[in-house]
Amino acid sequence: LAHGAGGKATHTLIEAVFLESFRNPLLEALEDGAVADGLAFTTDSFVVTPLFFPGGDIGDLAVNGTVNDLAMCGARPRYLSAGFILEEGFPIADLRRITASMAEAARIAGVQIVTGDTKVVQRGKADGCYINTAGVGTLDRPVRLSATAARPGDVVIVSGPIGEHGITIMLARGELDIEADLSSDTAPLNALTDLLLSACADERVRCLRDATRGGVATIVNEIAESSQVAVVLDEDAIPVRPVVRGACELLGIDPLYVACEGRMVVVVAAEAAGAALDALRSHPLGAGAAVIGRINDDPPGLVLLRTSFGGTRIVDLLVGDPLPRIC
Amino acid sequence: MSTGRAGAEAPIRVRITIEGIVQGVGFRPHVHSLARRLGLSGWVGNDGRGVFIEAEGVPDDIERFQEDLRRCAPPLAAVHRMTAIAIPACGDRGFHIAVSREGTGRTALISPDVATCDDCLAELFDPADRRYRHPFVNCTNCGPRFTIARDVPYDRPATTMAAFAMCEDCEREYRDPADRRFHAQPVCCPACGPTLRLLGSRDGRRAGDDGDPVTGAVRLLRSGAVLAVKGLGGYHLAVDAADEDAARTLRARKHREEKPFAVMVPDLDAARALCELDTEAERLLTGPRRPIVLLPRRPGAAVAASVAPGDRRLGLMLPYTPVHHLLAAEFARPYVLTSGNLSDEPIAYRDADAFTRLAGIADAFLTHDRPIHVRADDSVIAVGAGRAFPMRRSRGYAPEPLRLSPPARRPVLACGAELKSTFCLARGEHAFVSHHIGDLENYETLRSFTEGIEHFRRLFDVTPRLVAHDLHPEYLSTKYARELTDVDLVGVQHHHAHIASCLADNEEAGPVIGVAYDGLGYGPDGTIWGGELLVADLVGFDRAGRLAPVPMPGGTAAIRQPWRMAAAHLDAAYGGTLPEGLAVRTRHGTRWDAVLAVAGSGVNSPPTSSAGRLFDAVASILGLRDTVAYEGQAAIVLEQRADPAEKAAYPARLLDDGTLVTIQVGDLIRAVAEDARRGEDPAAVSARFHNGFAVATAAACVRIREATGVGTAALSGGVFQNRLLLGGLVGALRFHGFRVLTHRRVPPNDGGVSLGQAAVAAARDTRGVA
Ligand SMILES: [Fe+3]
Ligand SMILES: [Mg+2]
Ligand SMILES: [Zn+2]
Ligand SMILES: [Zn+2]
Repeated sequence: LAHGAGGKATHTLIEAVFLESFRNPLLEALEDGAVADGLAFTTDSFVVTPLFFPGGDIGDLAVNGTVNDLAMCGARPRYLSAGFILEEGFPIADLRRITASMAEAARIAGVQIVTGDTKVVQRGKADGCYINTAGVGTLDRPVRLSATAARPGDVVIVSGPIGEHGITIMLARGELDIEADLSSDTAPLNALTDLLLSACADERVRCLRDATRGGVATIVNEIAESSQVAVVLDEDAIPVRPVVRGACELLGIDPLYVACEGRMVVVVAAEAAGAALDALRSHPLGAGAAVIGRINDDPPGLVLLRTSFGGTRIVDLLVGDPLPRIC
Repeated sequence: MSTGRAGAEAPIRVRITIEGIVQGVGFRPHVHSLARRLGLSGWVGNDGRGVFIEAEGVPDDIERFQEDLRRCAPPLAAVHRMTAIAIPACGDRGFHIAVSREGTGRTALISPDVATCDDCLAELFDPADRRYRHPFVNCTNCGPRFTIARDVPYDRPATTMAAFAMCEDCEREYRDPADRRFHAQPVCCPACGPTLRLLGSRDGRRAGDDGDPVTGAVRLLRSGAVLAVKGLGGYHLAVDAADEDAARTLRARKHREEKPFAVMVPDLDAARALCELDTEAERLLTGPRRPIVLLPRRPGAAVAASVAPGDRRLGLMLPYTPVHHLLAAEFARPYVLTSGNLSDEPIAYRDADAFTRLAGIADAFLTHDRPIHVRADDSVIAVGAGRAFPMRRSRGYAPEPLRLSPPARRPVLACGAELKSTFCLARGEHAFVSHHIGDLENYETLRSFTEGIEHFRRLFDVTPRLVAHDLHPEYLSTKYARELTDVDLVGVQHHHAHIASCLADNEEAGPVIGVAYDGLGYGPDGTIWGGELLVADLVGFDRAGRLAPVPMPGGTAAIRQPWRMAAAHLDAAYGGTLPEGLAVRTRHGTRWDAVLAVAGSGVNSPPTSSAGRLFDAVASILGLRDTVAYEGQAAIVLEQRADPAEKAAYPARLLDDGTLVTIQVGDLIRAVAEDARRGEDPAAVSARFHNGFAVATAAACVRIREATGVGTAALSGGVFQNRLLLGGLVGALRFHGFRVLTHRRVPPNDGGVSLGQAAVAAARDTRGVA
């Protein structure tokens, strides 16, 4: 089960099974999508409980997720496909609600859903509704975004407060008995990446990643590992809304590991940090953007967190679910 | 073994080989003087593997000589093996010391660091001596060893003294076999040795006048300042132990809110004025290893309240370097001497790093230019009731090997746990448990872990073939192990490693009923273990008993907030319907139900059988601690608060399903809650809980003995740092006829886990099940 958590187990699965079978240079880059011949192409499947939650549902999640993966490649998202796997007896009203929010999300993101597929499986063989989306985008400007491109001296930015989607989902399951004024951050980031890439020319934007499963901690670990650099985060600089912080405290969860669906991590050259921040903040989705850390040369492959006390803690890629380590 | 006394016997000649800690401890001069006394001829020499002797004389004298060698060794030596073979006599004259042979293997052992000896101390305070007030006086019987050794063979160029060229006088002593400083590698004097300086932390320049740095430092201590002092294995921070303002300032600057500080006292009399000392305590305090000894504090002891708040004990140590002796003699009062670090970071030991990290804490630095090569914290020993065991085994003890039986067929690296971490390298019958490394999630600490392993591999010439690690997938030590190549991995369950460490500590192999009580460790069933009764030997284990599990609401948050464990335990004990009037429930208002909802949802709330968390829960129910400022604090406060005179015990039932005995801790929780509700004295309630838990544990062991026939119990895990529980359980087990093994040389906490892992890996390898 740990294989879906976005941590080390997922990595092992990807490398051992998929990469082994499908090996080719585009796939090996293991970026959010593949880029070739002026096009970006990506796919993602969506499974979430509950299907409807404050701030969204599985429908806009499925559209925004694929839109964002294209945006992270520096592409302009254009066309999406949508595949549904429905459990026998799934209410038509719910399906209508989901497709309506997909249409609305596509409209906001400026993409068209141009093809699709539906399968119905026996009762009990699926959890209500699963959605797969694939997307094609066009590369309108020359970019070389890659998790391997971070260099010592670069600056790490997050586009807004973190952890809202993951915590919203946990609370929406209704077992926690917590009333919180909180909704998912699910949103299309292509407008934001467009502003960012327009403001910072050349290759000064090194890398874009949406911080989905495994949260910011997992993303920056991937960057540290791929670029063989150290990512040094500043604990006090990481934006977390008080309500998220409160829920995380109650649950004993580090917000750095909680999923977002409308936040991205940006690595930019130090001299472009100001322009990048201004560009992000000029859009409502990036109003809470903040510099959260820096890239160092040493120790390569590790993420360090400077704590409020001035200590230096290792923020590691989780192998599975978080378990206490204190004896 | 002479037969008959018929006239003068013909001389015989023997070749003797001695292995163990025999290098750099004055072994050759010692042999030299024994041989001369008996009028033997021959020579003594050493190389990387040990000491070699050829001795010739009449059989009786040769016999005497070997007996003397066996019976007495230099204070710092530890002989592990001595063998003798007869060789033809050659009629040579006189006994001499041969020059070292180089490069023939590296199995000779580097000694731990040693406190200043009496002879050196006499010189230090003798105005007529050329080393009068020399802060670096040492000899073959004392001084730095492990912390200055960069490589083997242990020779001056391989130490951090390499940069100091000996003057003629020192050189003469160094070359004279009859001198106490013969081949003492760090030997030096005011003319040729390192220099002590007092530097202001602001500008790094000399503080105050150009007078004696010790006098200047003492003046600062008297004025309430915080002083950084460079010691053997790192920097300490010092303040006047009687000065409450100074102690508070130190706490605030260090961000160390409540964890006790250790105190250095000038001498044994000063120690007696603060604490109750028995002969064992006195032996430890004045011995060559000089650990911090945790002792019962005398009522009204003249120590500031902030030094060790909420603790009836005090950690004392005596001076162990010449700098300490000079400071103590001039200050003439106890001073706090705590690790030079911020909060939970590792202790600073490199000068530049110390100046950066401690500049905001210390007002001045009493420092010098002899580099420290290996960071080594002070060791901590708990004593009382005729039992002594380490809480932290480090400076003065590491890297002295423990004996491994069965020996390691292939070299082993054991990576230890996560917090209070140590590692262990094993080769043959030697297990080298590292100095205290610390909490690995700290980057500095992880670095000293990986660098420390490399250093030990060089020092002891070991290339590990087997690598033992914990089963916890997130331990950085586990991840380190899994990234090694060309080795065979041996995963060892955490509590099995604890019990194996107790077995190895006692040089036994089991089987035993292992009582492993600690905070927590990864269970093979994916739950969190920590209150386990294992029928174990070095090779494997069966889980025969445990504490009834409860959820840990919010995982790590439940460790930082013991009241969450109180909620989980009370909820389990009362089946969800709590009695009215429980103060702990009232104190937490709506948070209580929220935390129980978290537990009920299963989000980040793994079930745990942890004993440590049970103690946390009781401490919170009694209103002693709802949150902790350092690891284990609630349990410590609970123990410290207990009235040792209270003998009553709460009962707890056992549930035996034929394969697993479960101790129904809910019975204890309800008894505690009822008495707390009635307003009983927490001191009495705490004692009854301790007693009841010990009795129930012993009863579970009896049940397991009935099923297995195993009549020896081994106690390990961090919870057994609790002396009240340890004493109670040992008593109860002995009453039931058990033989009981407890720790003596490695800590019961996770500092001992690496030794246990090494012992398990070696035993499995021998048995062919690795
Ligand atoms: Fe443990
Ligand atoms: Mg995605
Ligand atoms: Zn000496
Ligand atoms: Zn000299």
